[in-house]
Amino acid sequence: MQTAAKITDDMKVPSKSFWHKMPIIAFMLGIMCILYWVTGFKADPHRAMYGYLFAFICVLSIALGAMFFVIIQHLSRAGWSVVVRRIAEFAMWTMPLFVVLFLPIAFWAPDIFPWSHIETGDVILENKASYLNMNFFMVRSAIYFAIWLLIGWWFYKTSVGQDQGNRQEDTRKLWTLSAPAVILFALSLTFASFDWLMSLQPHWFSTIFGVYFFAGCFLAGMAFITLMLLGLQAAGILTKTVTFEHYQDLGKLMFGFTVFWAYIAFSQFMLYWYANIPEETEFYMHRLQHGWEYVSYAMIFTNFFIPFFFLLSRHVKRNKLGLALFCCWTLLVHFLDLYWIIMPNYGAHGLAEGAHPPHASIHGNDLILLAGMLSLFIAYVSYFVARKNIVPIGDPKLIESLHFENA
Amino acid sequence: MNQTSTTYGLLAEYDSTHGIFEACQKVRDAGYKKWDACTPFPVHGLEKAMGLPASKLPWMVLGAAITGASLAIIFMVWVSAFDYPLNIGGKPTWSIPAFIPVMFEITILFSALTTVFGMIWLNRLPAWHHPLFQSIRFERVTDDKFFIVIESSDPLFDQKRTQKLLEDTGAIKTEVLEA
Repeated sequence: MQTAAKITDDMKVPSKSFWHKMPIIAFMLGIMCILYWVTGFKADPHRAMYGYLFAFICVLSIALGAMFFVIIQHLSRAGWSVVVRRIAEFAMWTMPLFVVLFLPIAFWAPDIFPWSHIETGDVILENKASYLNMNFFMVRSAIYFAIWLLIGWWFYKTSVGQDQGNRQEDTRKLWTLSAPAVILFALSLTFASFDWLMSLQPHWFSTIFGVYFFAGCFLAGMAFITLMLLGLQAAGILTKTVTFEHYQDLGKLMFGFTVFWAYIAFSQFMLYWYANIPEETEFYMHRLQHGWEYVSYAMIFTNFFIPFFFLLSRHVKRNKLGLALFCCWTLLVHFLDLYWIIMPNYGAHGLAEGAHPPHASIHGNDLILLAGMLSLFIAYVSYFVARKNIVPIGDPKLIESLHFENA
Repeated sequence: MNQTSTTYGLLAEYDSTHGIFEACQKVRDAGYKKWDACTPFPVHGLEKAMGLPASKLPWMVLGAAITGASLAIIFMVWVSAFDYPLNIGGKPTWSIPAFIPVMFEITILFSALTTVFGMIWLNRLPAWHHPLFQSIRFERVTDDKFFIVIESSDPLFDQKRTQKLLEDTGAIKTEVLEA
């Protein structure tokens, strides 16, 4: 059989390609959007910071999804995914950006998170105070970022190091360390979702919440990776390296996780609906009134039935336009899902008896900030794309990946 | 014509995956429809070399899944809301969330059983005997030899011309199978 990897494509983006202009264009766009958001921030900092948290979590979830993809490929010693893995590694090693983007949240945390000032007589929050207090919150957030920086940096550095050749023994190290990495990742992601999302409604708790957030993260990460590959191929790059066989597998993963997301979302809902205990149903009560009920019911279709039936056929998974549409849709409804988790909490805590939280509404400023942070993220990823090898050419399983076919 | 009525078909033997791959392409291009390839292990891309159409199994499974989901929901609504309504935790008798887990399970059950039994049926199993088993050489299909069999019921089948075609594809041995 083949003794050497036959890559006929360029491993680097050609210097005349649009992708070389991408980092600066995306960066400028991102800065412009964020500057526009600042005007809204000046008018209403409290509302604007909710939008900031929303945009931050949306973009972070893409990077975390990509990180999980990289870890799981090493953990399962996968061969098929080698040619698509480098894009995920780029998306994963954007973590320093998120450390910077988190700083405003850390600074404004007492304003965003309602547990920061406990009203007298609130026994539930008084009992939770040993966990939900500002100092411990900051320490935990620092630990999450430390874990993600460490995983991102080491897996990226080791993979890129293999490009120099003669470092094939590193693959064994990647396989070994992916096991502790996936445990650390699972714990940090779960607790981060508890701290940054679930604690917005501090009386409420859900043990499945971390898994729910994780399912969305992975979907967003996979959709982003697939869109990047489609974008590179549209520019004539990687056209012979990444084939329909790889797209079909990416599609299969996304299809599976669409079902997984729905399964987890319904599991969470059904247990609370069945038991019907006030402190547990609080989350859904907020989201089934004041206009949010339309979003909640719509999400059954937008986040499950439509993508499920759309991607059911293998012909769609092997069709670039179909897959691109699916990925854009998946990212949009994932953002809708996070909006639905975060925004109903705005103004809901500490209301006087009989008062109700604000009606469902979409602020243009939230979306502009999301576009801004997404642009910064794309700028960061395309900075790598324009400078590094876009396929791990030193990986010992590269040949297997190039010749991969679905049975 | 007499002969074709007692002949099941022609068997050709090859000793490499490469050999059978090219032979399949030639048989496919000659326009035969009722024929098959037998190999000791799955040969990647052989279904394309043979020109096999996409399997009908996914459509059968989709039908079974829709049937299972509908049956489950209809049955539960009928039982819980019409035939024997019970007050459970003060919830409405038409409580769709409570029905979804059962609906999901029945959908999976119908799909899984249809996949397994549909696959068996499409493979024309169970079959207690097959004319291929007459051939002693064919026993090595589970070991190291590759075979093509063209059935005499194929409209293009003509013993002499088909035998010529199989020999031209590089068969190391051809033999006639009795029905």
